[in-house]
Amino acid sequence: MKDASPAKPYALHLGVIALLFALSFVLPDYHHGLLARIMVLAVFAMGYNMLFGYVGLLSLGHAMFFAAGLYGAGLAVIHLGWSVPAAFAVGILCGAVLSLVIGVLALRTSGVAFMIVTMMFAQVFYLVMLYLASWTGGDQGMVVPQPARVLSFGATSLELTNPTVRYMSALALFSIVLLVTLAIVRSRYGRVLVAIRENEERTKMLGYDTFSNKLAAVVVSGTICAASGAAYALLFGYVGSSFASVQYSILPLLWVLLGGAATTLGPLVGTLFMYYVVDITSGYTSAYLLIVGIALILLVLFFPKGILGTIRHRWLGWLP
Amino acid sequence: MMPLLTTKGLSRNFGGLRAVDNVDFALMPGEIRAVIGPNGAGKTTFVSLVSGRIQPSSGMVVFDGADITGLPAYARVRLGVAYTFQITSVFANLSVYDNVALPVQRTLTDGRSKGAVRTGVMAALERTGLADRTHMLAGQLSYGHQRLLEVAMGLALKPRLLILDEPTQGLADSEIDNFIELVREIAKSATVLLIEHNMPVVMHLADRITVFNAGRILAEGTPEQIRANTEVQDAYLGTTHG
Repeated sequence: MKDASPAKPYALHLGVIALLFALSFVLPDYHHGLLARIMVLAVFAMGYNMLFGYVGLLSLGHAMFFAAGLYGAGLAVIHLGWSVPAAFAVGILCGAVLSLVIGVLALRTSGVAFMIVTMMFAQVFYLVMLYLASWTGGDQGMVVPQPARVLSFGATSLELTNPTVRYMSALALFSIVLLVTLAIVRSRYGRVLVAIRENEERTKMLGYDTFSNKLAAVVVSGTICAASGAAYALLFGYVGSSFASVQYSILPLLWVLLGGAATTLGPLVGTLFMYYVVDITSGYTSAYLLIVGIALILLVLFFPKGILGTIRHRWLGWLP
Repeated sequence: MMPLLTTKGLSRNFGGLRAVDNVDFALMPGEIRAVIGPNGAGKTTFVSLVSGRIQPSSGMVVFDGADITGLPAYARVRLGVAYTFQITSVFANLSVYDNVALPVQRTLTDGRSKGAVRTGVMAALERTGLADRTHMLAGQLSYGHQRLLEVAMGLALKPRLLILDEPTQGLADSEIDNFIELVREIAKSATVLLIEHNMPVVMHLADRITVFNAGRILAEGTPEQIRANTEVQDAYLGTTHG
């Protein structure tokens, strides 16, 4: 399994990245914009998948890591006037620190208790963001001013509001995170994470400190989610508390389940699928959530391992 | 010679039940020691205390001269105390290769060497005769092979003390003969502590035998001494001797 030739998976992942790059030149404006957003949110889903898919820890509080990146980057630009790269770094740092603290506390529990504890922390985070309305804009949120959303390299500057720049920035982040997660899950560390998911007690008896390994996974996962949030604030220019709400903790779980938990490309497939089902059905009826619900039920019935999970199970055993 | 493992006054209560009761035990390096006793005698609890899976109510565990009573299980494994489970608990959804790669990669300090994991895995699989099943899922192996995989995982930890908890349970007779050979082979490089119900296996393998009954050590000695011990016969057979 793991020692199989690495060529196929890497070729597939690079192919997906190349395809997304090529799509930038052929997609109509509307889909171009939508796909940029989907790629950023797929990064969120990839971060979630790291913990849920590979370590088997179901968190219901990942909105706080996404929002930590979102607020960290957004507020650094709005209040401190920091440049885009510095704000992006601050956003990621906020997510890393928050996930370390939450990980130390929440990993004292497991199973259902872990779900509830992470959800509680996320609610606390959400309410604190509302409470600090004078800085965060409360439930109205805040717009990141357009002139600040510029990447400068010496004399040249790239405006992140430009659709092509925005798409390429989203693709760059997506590609880096995709290749990093692929490298992690194929590494020795990835093997340990899967072992913890399969049988934590046994993994301990092979000499692994499972708490430290799980904590590292929470931090990696939280940091990736924060990178997605920070990119979202800088690329789409809006910072709001709705992104910290419980809905945004459940969405990545849905995306990952749809696409296939513990598959590297599943988060992208799931996010893409969900967005387009909503997009297409809402064009026909205002009761589109009903159709989304039915689609989800059908998927769970016929593809219980998610789209890519089922494909891997039936046909392509080498999919990472 | 200094014992590899000693326990002093080791006890563990489960509610009102004293599963292990004030056990003083010593194990010499290089020995094959069998632990026998009726069901519920506290054998598995005793080795769980040694391996750190459960904490003692009182008493201490000393390994190679150092007090390890307070160490968590994973840290004891790193010192060289390996435990193979009574109930087979290989990673059923992972390949045989990955099952053994987990202990192998943990013992490697050199993070670079990509070939080293493979070499270590194949060595452990050769010794247990599983080398031709590398890519099967562990859950698809026959029961006997899963038990061998357990042992391969224990071996791959390069233990100084290998604890085998009822390793021959559920094995066919032909498999048991191979198994006895395997344990002899292992004992050349490690001390073996073996919980076993199968008396022929115990009598063949063990240098010394410790008999547990009701949480206490009832008797200890060579296989011949134990065979001749009337107290042991009472505990096992429930007979009384005039």
